[in-house]
Amino acid sequence: MNALLDSVGYTDWVLHALIWLPVLGIGLIFWAGEERAKKVAFWWSAAVFVLSLGLWWAFDPASGTMQMETTSPWIPQWGINYSLGIDGISLFMVMLTTFSTSIAILGSFNYIKAKERAFYALMLLLEAAVIGVFVTTDVFLFYVFFELTLVPMYFIVGIWGGERRIYAAIKFFLYTAFGSLLMLVGILFLFWKAKNFMGMPTFAYEDLLLVPLSGTEQLWLFSAFALAFSVKVPVFPLHTWLPDAHVEAPTPGSVILAAVLLKMGTYGFLRFLLPFFPLASQHPTVVTTMLVLAVIGILYTAWVAAVQPDAKKLVAYTSVAHMGFVVLGVFALNMNGLQGGLVVMISHGISTGALFLLLGMLYERRHTRQIADFGGIARVAPWFATAFMITALASIGLPGTSGFVGEFLALMGAFESHPMIAFFATLGVIFAAYYMLPMLQTVFFNKLETDENREVEDLNGREIAILSPLCALMIIIGCNPTPILERMEPSVRIVLERIEEAEASASVLNVIDIASPAQAEEVAQPEVRNQGSLSGLVDGEG
Amino acid sequence: MITEALVLSAILFVIGTFGVLVRRNAMIMFLCIELQLNAVNLSFVAFSRMFGIEGQIFVFFVMTVAAAEAAVGLAIIISIFRHYETVNVDSFNLLKW
Amino acid sequence: MVQGSSGAATEAGHFEPFLPGLIVLMPLLGFIANGYLSLRHARVSADAVRRGSEFDLGDASSRPSTHTLPTWIGPGVMAGAFLITLVNFSRMLGVHLEEAVVVHYWTWIATGTFSVEAALQLDQLSIIMMMVITGVGTLIHVFSVGYMKDDPGYPRYFAYLNLFVFFMLVLVMGSSYALMFVGWEGVGLCSYLLIGYWFSDREKADAGKKAFIVNRIGDVGFLVAMFLLFKNFGSVDFISIFQGADALTYGGELVTAITLFFFIGAIGKSAQIPLYVWLPDAMAGPTPVSALIHAATMVTAGVYLVARSSVLFALAPFSSAIVAGLGVLTALFAATIALKQNDIKKVLAYSTVSQLGYMFLGVGVGAYAAGVFHLMTHAFFKALLFLGSGAVIHSMHEAYHATHSHEDAQDMRNMGGLHRPMRTTCITMWVATLAIAGIWPFAGFFSKDEIIWYAGAWAGAEGAPYPELYTVYWILALVAALLTAFYMTRMMVMTFHGKNRTGEKEQEHLHEAPPVMWVPLTVLALLSIFGGWINVPEALSAGWAGLGGLLPMSEWLHHWLEPITAQAHHVQEVNLGKYSYYAPFGGGEALWAAISTILAGSVVFLTLQVVSRQKISAVKDDVTELSGFTKVLFNKYYVDEFYDRVIVQPILRMSRFCWKVIDAGIIDGAVNAVGWGSKGAGWLVSMFQTGSINTYAFILTVGVLFVLGASLF
Repeated sequence: MNALLDSVGYTDWVLHALIWLPVLGIGLIFWAGEERAKKVAFWWSAAVFVLSLGLWWAFDPASGTMQMETTSPWIPQWGINYSLGIDGISLFMVMLTTFSTSIAILGSFNYIKAKERAFYALMLLLEAAVIGVFVTTDVFLFYVFFELTLVPMYFIVGIWGGERRIYAAIKFFLYTAFGSLLMLVGILFLFWKAKNFMGMPTFAYEDLLLVPLSGTEQLWLFSAFALAFSVKVPVFPLHTWLPDAHVEAPTPGSVILAAVLLKMGTYGFLRFLLPFFPLASQHPTVVTTMLVLAVIGILYTAWVAAVQPDAKKLVAYTSVAHMGFVVLGVFALNMNGLQGGLVVMISHGISTGALFLLLGMLYERRHTRQIADFGGIARVAPWFATAFMITALASIGLPGTSGFVGEFLALMGAFESHPMIAFFATLGVIFAAYYMLPMLQTVFFNKLETDENREVEDLNGREIAILSPLCALMIIIGCNPTPILERMEPSVRIVLERIEEAEASASVLNVIDIASPAQAEEVAQPEVRNQGSLSGLVDGEG
Repeated sequence: MITEALVLSAILFVIGTFGVLVRRNAMIMFLCIELQLNAVNLSFVAFSRMFGIEGQIFVFFVMTVAAAEAAVGLAIIISIFRHYETVNVDSFNLLKW
Repeated sequence: MVQGSSGAATEAGHFEPFLPGLIVLMPLLGFIANGYLSLRHARVSADAVRRGSEFDLGDASSRPSTHTLPTWIGPGVMAGAFLITLVNFSRMLGVHLEEAVVVHYWTWIATGTFSVEAALQLDQLSIIMMMVITGVGTLIHVFSVGYMKDDPGYPRYFAYLNLFVFFMLVLVMGSSYALMFVGWEGVGLCSYLLIGYWFSDREKADAGKKAFIVNRIGDVGFLVAMFLLFKNFGSVDFISIFQGADALTYGGELVTAITLFFFIGAIGKSAQIPLYVWLPDAMAGPTPVSALIHAATMVTAGVYLVARSSVLFALAPFSSAIVAGLGVLTALFAATIALKQNDIKKVLAYSTVSQLGYMFLGVGVGAYAAGVFHLMTHAFFKALLFLGSGAVIHSMHEAYHATHSHEDAQDMRNMGGLHRPMRTTCITMWVATLAIAGIWPFAGFFSKDEIIWYAGAWAGAEGAPYPELYTVYWILALVAALLTAFYMTRMMVMTFHGKNRTGEKEQEHLHEAPPVMWVPLTVLALLSIFGGWINVPEALSAGWAGLGGLLPMSEWLHHWLEPITAQAHHVQEVNLGKYSYYAPFGGGEALWAAISTILAGSVVFLTLQVVSRQKISAVKDDVTELSGFTKVLFNKYYVDEFYDRVIVQPILRMSRFCWKVIDAGIIDGAVNAVGWGSKGAGWLVSMFQTGSINTYAFILTVGVLFVLGASLF
């Protein structure tokens, strides 16, 4: 496989291709016309997915740094480059994106009945933007892609959505844009800092990592970045845009939203928040706050999910709970936690994406999403019920499915660092059953009473083709996650090492503060900075 | 010499400003604006004695722009008049929101 | 592939595991095959349902392949697994295995700081469990062929049952707590699926859901215990943990916490107070399921867990006291409820809860081998009781079906006198009843007696931490034993003796079960008689109870499990000293064995006399008004109602509160308020835009003057 990939110079062009091929596909769709739009979109996205599969082999699992890096200047005056690269953290996000996009497109054949060309064009644009987010190593470019994802999603929700689509679309757009604007301020601050420090303008990820920051600066910048990403994740209590957006979005929109867009938030945590602001990230107050918010997110949204009458809203709330596990794992700040968080990201992408697809199929058949309208569906649609059951079990983290591996590691990591908080998070395991099983029962079990339910058709060939790879992945990742984990490990280790280094060099940082005249004013407020470094020292001793 | 010219220019400009502020007839307001422009032109010319020819060149620019403005402005006033049969500015507030 | 242990080879030959993976794989393959058949059939029956009719299975002779193949696949893979287990067992018999043999397959999870292998562990404890699971499992699968033959979901049933066995084997064979947890939750899933097997019935689906959620409460305990272990040992593998356990302080907080959390897991899975409520409801499943999952295997997983972690529990005397205390309380509590139940399966369900309590008493007092012993004998006689009741229900059901009556086929008030049509079932069930009542020489006598004995012996141990407490345990255990004898005899009398109350017409349709059902009953009956002989206590073997030494296998199981329990017993000896050889009020083991069997025997005899004379009327004629404590017992102490009131409803109310008030009200309210606020501010500012040119000009002028003025001064 590697020889084949080498012979075509795969690693040189694949990242460019992953961004630009979907864009090219947009032109192809408009050329193909309304009739053939969906077929073209599907095959095109499937081709992109197949292309991205090569990453699995081309990626060097032993190395944790950026691979397949390419850089070309974009706005050189400001040090902005079009530079791409991929590491163990982004590898799976990219593959998840290409996979979910083609699955979502295949799943929208029956759902999208109007303006098909525009819809599929937006889906491909979204794919390009999201891949851009995951593979770029230029912070400015990252911001551009990060914001660009809003545009297609805004239209997907706003045009093809349900009754309250306008409200949901605007809420989604404004809410997330508001968060990222604060991040923009943070990025610009970092940029000026870097310009002073390096003597040249640069937005390169590697360069910004070198910028020395005092504890206070880290805390402020951390807050700005964290807010942007927390809205995206979403972290309680910034989550209320999500249920609305999910309920109103068309099925493929929900799938992409859950499977990929939310991951941009937690990806941001891992890519930017922890490495850029290692001192702030391990500040005890910050860590406790994030962990407590994660636990509240896990428990609270599970409770809220359990009483939802609308199945799609229920699943939307469970998304918040799952992402809570990711945040929990990330702020455990250890190997198990971080890798667990990453696996939850993948697993949630697959299982929640599948749940939204299944609910979409149900909606196509019955034109309702109210749980109470269903009953006994398993008798007329047994294959459907089976697929739903497997997905639901993966979602609530039954061992042997992908959900378990992630949640288990995330909880274990959190338990290593903060046992009490992790204990409460573990209770989420109960409440997962508490929200999922009643829904499962009311929809699929119980008596088959109404005629509408009696006429529900079982899965057709296309739907089986959509669901079987998803279900297979859930079980494969659940039984053998090691190939994934071993590819993540080196990159995760680098993130952790950075945090540990910051801990160790907390005192060195003070020296830099005093030495650099640009930061002289920092000396005026030593208390807060000391707090940042103090915690590191205390932990180091313990 | 320069003082008198500037005083005259200032008087003309204030007259123009007051005209714009207190009159309700769009036509009169328009003329008052022209008056303001010409007051400025006067000071340009006066200053050109001290600072060079650029002031007079600027006057030509202002006159050209004023001519263009007169054409567009009068056209607007006429079309408003055709619509409302009045040029009293109190009776139309289309620019609201 | 095989990483043999170091010590085993040198001493007495080498134990070479024989295809251990296949033992696990066979039920899984059975699941896949049956699952495929079931999905294929489900399409056909779904089409029938959509047309408005039900799928008609037709005659036994002309059934589709989806309904004939599972008959061979289901029990077939079980028999295969049993045979391979048997080979392994016989190989292990020949060698003196000091350490567990672990067979690695692949690395399941590895993060760099944590790693767990997908590996199977074969040792004396797991092989005993495997023998019970595959052996009893095979019999129950065979029985199911008869019991479920007319069920339209036949392949689905076998698919679930095979999957269950797969997970159960993973549970007992896994080489680490993490892998055990896979089986632990997996069997919970299968239990859920099988309880709700007839999911069209809302109550049954509810029962499945309840079982799953209650079990998950326990699972949290298991998870937390595992996290604690990992935090302190850096691993969750059995071998490395037990090796490192020596470093733990005896009675320390850590080990106490670990064991208590594990016990929470065990409480959930093994239906002990306060989480026992799911098990009686679980009787909604098909009766063979109750026999396999809710009597013989899955519910004993908690006991297995404690026995497996014997070192840890031995190090935590407080936790052990809790285990034993909750165990004996459950034994007594469930026994009292069983006194007044009329549903035959409910009686057996509470009896199971009660017997599980005994097992926990056993492992709680440090008699791990005795706990496992009772687990094994219980698997025999309780499976027999359930299967027997299944045969009865099957017969009753067909009788009512034949006459299109809607009477309750499980209510004992509708039975009576069944010993005439169902002779074999009656005899085998009597064997099981005598076994569970603890009558010599049946299996239950030896196992239960040993547990009660050790409770007493612990009370008299030199360094016993809570001697009085254990004396109480001992007395309660004796009382519960007598209650057991009573309610079981009552059940037998109501079912098989006296006048028949099924109904005039129905009576003729009552018949004995077919061979495919009664043969497993007979095998289990034999096991219930002789199964106890593998562990005749030394104190009894030479006396009357051991037929003067004629019963051959004195303390065999005890010695067999020695390598597993040795470490725990060492801890006990170091910290507690020797057990007492006398019961709390004097008397040796032999004396108390005699007393207990005589007492139990007399209770059986008396009950036989009393209940036979009682006038019992069929359900439709029953007008008995219950009152006082009887009513409380009949209503199971109102525990379900209490939980509903105190836990379920408040959580639901809180959930609604979180949704309506906090989420939609406060949080989203704040978000929308920001939105409306911006809109309002915009509206306010737009007031300045009057549209009047004069106003604009005026403001402009004032502004210019202001700026000019500011720059001048």
